[in-house]
Amino acid sequence: MAGLTIDSVTKCFGEHPAVEALSLDIAPGEFVALLGPSGCGKTTMLRMLAGFESLSEGEIRLGGRILASREHHVAPERRNMAMVFQSYALWPNMSVADNVGYPLKLRRLAGETYRRRVAQALSLVGLSPYAERSPQELSGGQRQRVALARCLVTDPDVVLLDEPLANLDRHLRASMEQSFREFHRRTQATLVYVTHDQSEAMALADRIAVMREGRLVQWATPETLYRQPRTAWVASFIGQGSLLNVAAGRPDQRLEEAMLMRGLASAPAERTQPVLVRPEHVTVLSDALSPQALCGRVESVTFRGERYELYLRLESGEALLAYHHAALDEGRQVALILREGWCLEPET
Amino acid sequence: MTPGLADSSQHRWLLTLLMLVIVALSLVPSLRLLMESLGGLGQGSESPLWRVLQAESTWRALWRSLYTSGLGMLIALVLGSLFAFVITLTDIRGKAWLVFCFMLPMMIPPQVTALSWLQLFGPASPLLKSIGMAPPLGSPQPLYSAEGIALLLGIQSAPLVFLALRTSLLSLPRELVEAARISGARQAQVWRQIILPVTRGGLIAGAAMAFISSLGNFGIPAMLGIPVGYYVLPTLIYQRMASFGTGVLAEMASLSLLIGMLALAGVALQQAWMKRSRFGLMGHSGRAHDFSLGRWRGGVTALLVTLLLVILVAPLVALVVSSLVPAVGVPLTWETVTLNAYHEVIGRQGATWRAVRNSLWLAGCAALVLMLCSLPLAYRLQRLPPRWQSLALSAIELPYALPGVVLAVACILLFVRPIPVIDVALYGTLGLIFVAYLMRFLVVCLKPVAAGLAQLDPSLEEAAQLAGAGPWRRLGGIVLPLLAPALFAGGLLVFLLAVNELTVSALLWSAGNETLGVLIFNLDEGGESVLAAAVSVLVVLMVATLMLCLSLLAPRLPKGVVPWQG
Repeated sequence: MAGLTIDSVTKCFGEHPAVEALSLDIAPGEFVALLGPSGCGKTTMLRMLAGFESLSEGEIRLGGRILASREHHVAPERRNMAMVFQSYALWPNMSVADNVGYPLKLRRLAGETYRRRVAQALSLVGLSPYAERSPQELSGGQRQRVALARCLVTDPDVVLLDEPLANLDRHLRASMEQSFREFHRRTQATLVYVTHDQSEAMALADRIAVMREGRLVQWATPETLYRQPRTAWVASFIGQGSLLNVAAGRPDQRLEEAMLMRGLASAPAERTQPVLVRPEHVTVLSDALSPQALCGRVESVTFRGERYELYLRLESGEALLAYHHAALDEGRQVALILREGWCLEPET
Repeated sequence: MTPGLADSSQHRWLLTLLMLVIVALSLVPSLRLLMESLGGLGQGSESPLWRVLQAESTWRALWRSLYTSGLGMLIALVLGSLFAFVITLTDIRGKAWLVFCFMLPMMIPPQVTALSWLQLFGPASPLLKSIGMAPPLGSPQPLYSAEGIALLLGIQSAPLVFLALRTSLLSLPRELVEAARISGARQAQVWRQIILPVTRGGLIAGAAMAFISSLGNFGIPAMLGIPVGYYVLPTLIYQRMASFGTGVLAEMASLSLLIGMLALAGVALQQAWMKRSRFGLMGHSGRAHDFSLGRWRGGVTALLVTLLLVILVAPLVALVVSSLVPAVGVPLTWETVTLNAYHEVIGRQGATWRAVRNSLWLAGCAALVLMLCSLPLAYRLQRLPPRWQSLALSAIELPYALPGVVLAVACILLFVRPIPVIDVALYGTLGLIFVAYLMRFLVVCLKPVAAGLAQLDPSLEEAAQLAGAGPWRRLGGIVLPLLAPALFAGGLLVFLLAVNELTVSALLWSAGNETLGVLIFNLDEGGESVLAAAVSVLVVLMVATLMLCLSLLAPRLPKGVVPWQG
């Protein structure tokens, strides 16, 4: 097992940098997600890891070995990696078993060992009965599992996944997420997973690299990203929440209820620190007016099954999202207590 | 009934009638041929079909047809797949130019190709004489042989293999290659184990197309085979018709049936393979998979350029040289260079100018009439149920899929007597060639229009309908402007093919009604190879100009209309 190091990697297409000075240290066996909106450079980064794109600057290392730098480029077939593609990329001229076994054939395995490992890989993804079918006869989810089995079969150092769930419907996604987790647990391989879907990344990854316009914005565990986002952009990209301005705290600081409420009560000119308030930290008091509570008006209500989402307007004019157990009439005045907030860095 | 409904049913009937007439007309020649050759079967061993099947000359010509076309197909396969793989898959430079130059031989008429190669080799070659490398007088012309015919057939049909393979290579998703490489496959392994199997269908389909096209080719075996008595099926029919006239028509119909069946068997094979090769591929396609040639790039580029120099540039140079000398056998120097041949072609109002005028007139009118028919025809065809649609399309395609000689014999059979009822005699007039061109090239004009129509969002027309536009208004105001580029491209393609047509007109022409294709052929046969070369140079210039026009139109056309742009 070897760790994967991305060292200030830059990739330019013409003048335009698709990835700029990106550095990540990925521990052996870690499940990492590259997350960002489309066009943020995450797929380009993945393709550089695979060796399909060259680097303009920087270095990629696996263990002590240099995979790619400006002068040096190890061909994809020599990197001992595996990849799951968005379109599955199953070879239509081969059966399911041949698809799975192809990497073994390239490593000159044959006979009993070959058959055993292919059968093993297929049974792990639950596709043993389909071994002799052609990939075209399979459904989308089954095809994706064939692609997974193909990755599993050779014990690769790193497995790359390029938006593997983008072509599947919602129900299938949930079951495939489970398959990926099991795959990771069983193989202990280093996984790099590219997605634009934050809930997918949060559910699967040990650590997430959030990218925007080719740059790394934040590199942290899902919990940290949710609770302590660095900027307003990350905060709005991951989970729900409201941005308010307070006269308290400094960037990267958690505000307790008392400080937060005090900071919100100050004069508008003094409130310069942006703070993120998650909706679960807002308590809506429909009746008893407490003296330190904020006043707000219900603008609209959305039913989400397990709860209601209230879109509120504060007296200062700022918008606030809150969860509540019951529906409230639109236009109604309510009292609000904000139990905690997270101070963000100002946008550059 | 509301006026709107009455209106639309009248328009439906008119279009349906037009479609039925056209489909029937496309089928008539083949049916007439079938009738003629099978009609005499009652006479037993005296029937024309029986006599043809017993003649030794038939089997000899059949074997020669198969030999030259088969060898030609192999040459086309090697050339076409080399260019397709290198240009589509690797990071070689100057791809657009390589493609254009490689496609040019397909659009140059076969008799011109044959003439230019004849000018390149042999003791009388003005080019070899000019550089002092001509073989001694009396030595044989190496191209007057089965292998010479096969070589030129191969060069002419190599672009067909190239196109079929390039199309299937471009539709190969990039991920399939990348998945193989990350699985550990080297470039050569990816090529052998993934790319080749997945695109095999395209390769075989291209080979079948090259074979069919070589089988029906008349210009090359006529120019290279007839002088030494080497006859393949199309030239055998031509030679018999030329010597015995309409007396041997029934036998010729039987011979035509034989080639027709061979060609259709080839088409069926090709379509079966095309269907098998359609894997329903998913992923990002349409982009070349840049295999890096590395240090081989210079060598590979040199190889392709050399091949192009040999198969395209050298014969064309020989052709130009031949057109600039005062007489056959005179070497080209600063003293001998002359434009006399061109003066003769353009200046004199003789047979040459008449043939040029005939061809321009025939091709222009055919293009115009077919453009007029194509839009309503495609519009009506698109509204047919899929099964009927493909049947109707097959019927329309038949006169183009059959070798030109077959269509020509069928047309003679149809029109040798005045048309009943209206009592118009077409035989021996330019009208006969015109009718044959209309039948043959309809599908060439129809295909781009149909492709464009299939891409058109139906809601565009529905919106016009809701706004109150009647069917003719919609056809003229919405569909026509959107399809105009495709329609124009179809017309241009028809013109390009018709103006150089030789195979059909070789059998249908009569004194005073020569075409450009026949002219080159006759001039060369009559020993006037300098004049023939001058006409050919003009033809090549015209072809290149028309191709360039089509290239300029290409961005506004549906994919695949312009054959040399993928």
